[in-house]
Amino acid sequence: MARPPPDPQFVLRGTSAAVHTLHFSCGGQEPDVPILFSGSENGFIHVWNLRTHRVDTALDGHGRKSVNWVETMDGKDRLLSQGRDQRICLWDLAEGRTSVTDCVFTENVGFCKCSLLEVARGRWLMAMAAKALEEIQVLELPSKTSVCTLKPEVGAKLGMPMCLKLWQVSCGSQPLLLAGYEDGSVVLWNLSMGKVLSQLVCHQEPVMSLDFDSEKAKGISGSSEKVLSIWSLNEQQNLQVHRTHRLVNAGISDITIRPDKKILATAGWDHRIRIFGWKKLKPLAVLDYHTATVHCVSFSDHRNPSERLLAAGSKDHRISIWSIYT
Amino acid sequence: VCFIPGGLDCSISFVSHILGKVCVHGRQEEILGVLVPHLTALTKADCIWQRICWQLVERVPDRWMEAVVLGFVQRAPGADVLSRLLGNLVVKNKKAQFVVTQKMLLLQYGYTTAVLQNLLGYLALDGLRRALLVKVLQELLETWGSSSAVRHSPVEQQQYISKAILICLSHLKEPDIESCRQELLASMMEGVKCHLDSSLPQVRRLGMVVAESISAKINSEGPVLKFQYEDDDEARELKSLLVQAPPLGAVPGPPDDGRNENTAAALALESSGTAVSGVVPEEESDAELDSDDDLVPYDMSEDKELKKTKAPVYIRDCIEVLTGSDDVDRWEATVKALESLVRKNPAAAREVSVELAKVLLHLEEKSCLEGFAELRQKAQVAVLTTDPVPVAQYLTSQFYSLNYSLRQRMDILDVLVLAAQELSHPKAHGKTKHPGAPNPCIQLLPGSDSSKDWRRIVDERIKSKTRRFAKGQSQAELPAAPNEFSSVAGHFFFPLIQNFDRPLSTFDLLGEDHFVLGRLVHTLAVLMYLAVNTVAVTAMGKALLEFVWALRFHTDSYVRQGLLSCVSSTLLSVPAECLLEDVTEELLETRSWLEDVVEKDPDGDCRRLALQNLLLMENLKKKLEPVPS
Repeated sequence: MARPPPDPQFVLRGTSAAVHTLHFSCGGQEPDVPILFSGSENGFIHVWNLRTHRVDTALDGHGRKSVNWVETMDGKDRLLSQGRDQRICLWDLAEGRTSVTDCVFTENVGFCKCSLLEVARGRWLMAMAAKALEEIQVLELPSKTSVCTLKPEVGAKLGMPMCLKLWQVSCGSQPLLLAGYEDGSVVLWNLSMGKVLSQLVCHQEPVMSLDFDSEKAKGISGSSEKVLSIWSLNEQQNLQVHRTHRLVNAGISDITIRPDKKILATAGWDHRIRIFGWKKLKPLAVLDYHTATVHCVSFSDHRNPSERLLAAGSKDHRISIWSIYT
Repeated sequence: VCFIPGGLDCSISFVSHILGKVCVHGRQEEILGVLVPHLTALTKADCIWQRICWQLVERVPDRWMEAVVLGFVQRAPGADVLSRLLGNLVVKNKKAQFVVTQKMLLLQYGYTTAVLQNLLGYLALDGLRRALLVKVLQELLETWGSSSAVRHSPVEQQQYISKAILICLSHLKEPDIESCRQELLASMMEGVKCHLDSSLPQVRRLGMVVAESISAKINSEGPVLKFQYEDDDEARELKSLLVQAPPLGAVPGPPDDGRNENTAAALALESSGTAVSGVVPEEESDAELDSDDDLVPYDMSEDKELKKTKAPVYIRDCIEVLTGSDDVDRWEATVKALESLVRKNPAAAREVSVELAKVLLHLEEKSCLEGFAELRQKAQVAVLTTDPVPVAQYLTSQFYSLNYSLRQRMDILDVLVLAAQELSHPKAHGKTKHPGAPNPCIQLLPGSDSSKDWRRIVDERIKSKTRRFAKGQSQAELPAAPNEFSSVAGHFFFPLIQNFDRPLSTFDLLGEDHFVLGRLVHTLAVLMYLAVNTVAVTAMGKALLEFVWALRFHTDSYVRQGLLSCVSSTLLSVPAECLLEDVTEELLETRSWLEDVVEKDPDGDCRRLALQNLLLMENLKKKLEPVPS
């Protein structure tokens, strides 16, 4: 007799707008408080204190335009946020400050979330959708120099890039980029040469989100249809479909694999969060709390595994925090 | 019998005479049983023996040729053996030609498929004989395509001819097809029309399979004809004839191009739109321990499809949505929920029953809803069982009204039967008593299987009346409940039987629409059967037997089968005493008709049903005879 699904550990209220992005920063030592950053549709970035469950600070830097991506650079004192005002802002949050220290104009009006990868101490690569329709630009931070611009070949008809993931096989090796496009294909790009290494059509509809496990060279992508597609990368750097999983309801907005690579969570348009085992995509749980589409899911980076949390942000203005399979 | 080999120029006409005489006297089996294997072995490699064999059969006098040829064709183990044994006999001898090309194919139909394969394969193997093959095919197609043959010849003969056609097709090569493509096409079109017009599903299916095969053969590159039909054993067996079977004991020959086209047509593979490049096969053996196993899944039974719109909760709202609303989602949700709503609120349903029945009868599929026909039918049955009398009156009057499609009229009949079934069975059990009672499964093709199932019910009822000496498992007694059908049986039955001979401008039961007449007759049979133990049953029986009498010489065999089922139902449902008292003249007339049918009717099923009815009548008589003291 299976147990009924668990309830959220707690629910964060107070954003008063749909939540589009979440990011945990809980790896710090005592007396650092575990923090959750959330970006909302009203342009605010809320910094949640996970001990008191209250907002510590609200950052307003995107002119009331929706924030669709937040990520920390090197601890919780530096935050990158991407908004629909076509800017990516770098925030300085140390010692209680809340100021934008730097800014990148993307000139892109899409919804594609950026991807950040630390390639060396103090150096990051950030991939973002560029001004032209099908292009992706990779910048080096903090210098903001353009590393490359990835243009698909003429006639490829991939459409807009929908989601990006920068990764490298191990620290110091070549960084690679996986991009999901509007036509349903996932493309592996080589950044140094700016060329396509492999392309795979995974879905009939646009790829909404993807995540990749660099240890196993296996990735998963979700789309607006009812299918989750799991694909793998073989030694020749070719993408192949591994299997597909059929869902009950169509539409996935976000997928994320837990850092320990044991489980993954998907955020669905049917208001439900689904948990699967990563090894064989065994369905483990369906968390049904939200009353509107769930926009984002994120796993925390607690050092102590038993404290790990899953956060889900939804259009119903709530962020639910779950403690599951710890 | 042994022959002296080598060099001798002997005359074997004497042997031919003996062979002929023996065969004509009916001893084909004995003599050919010995002769054919010997000759097969001897002629395998030796040309001289082949010549001897040919001479043997050629010298048989004409008056005995038929028996000999028949014997050889039946006994030869394969077409190539037959070719070795008979040589070009069919070309040289007129009688043999007649037997092989006309008699065995068109005038008789009792031979097995293997014999057909032998015969036609034999014709195909030699260049001289090929011309005969084409001629045979043309004649077969003429018969296949003639509408009077389709209507009047027994189904078994039609099957035989279809098999012969398919085997011929499998032997045809490109040059042959080239020369007669136009004629093949013309005959196919003619034939398909006659076959599809028939009321018997078997005949229709035969037509479809043969037409598909012909079109595949003559149109190997272009679009081929493709029908939708039940692909059961019979159809598969027919289609397998298109593939040339390998000669017995030899290496199988190269695949015929007929087979590739056939499988492509039959399987109708679709290439998927997405080019999924190479699927990595799932690794079965995971070398590492599956650490997923320690993650226990939670209960996910609540994970169902998200419903966007809710169905209306009140029946009047449902009517509004179905008649007016443009909102397709709401319409779909209503259609799905309607049956349960009607059943849960019988009082509310009764208020609007006729209106609801009207709406449902005219309801057309607005969106691509899965199982729409079934949902609609279930809702109609629910309405009819909740308020039988007015709704039955409405439906039966509509059956005979102007401007309904045939599909709608047949829907009315189906709904009446299903509702009658429901009403007449004790509700407490929830399921129907009889094994194999049909689950209303609607096929959107005309001629659903329900007619076969109804006959099966009657057969089983007959079976249950026969005495058994071993006791089966005792079934739990079903709790008794009042038979709700008894009060309304008449309302279902009599209006249907009243107006059948009045032609309307759009609907003529006795004329073209004989398919609907067949369905009507079957419906009446089932209603009669379900009316057992009701008050009106005797009156119904009398009326039904008169109805049967009026229609007894109908040309369509489907209708006749229905009429015979009506008679069975009457004999089973009306209590014997009432039958003999009130319905005597009709019974006697029916009996004489039944005896006629048993002897003279061309359709095998009709004859069988008539025989069953006569047996039932005999049983009745015996039951009522006073027991000798």
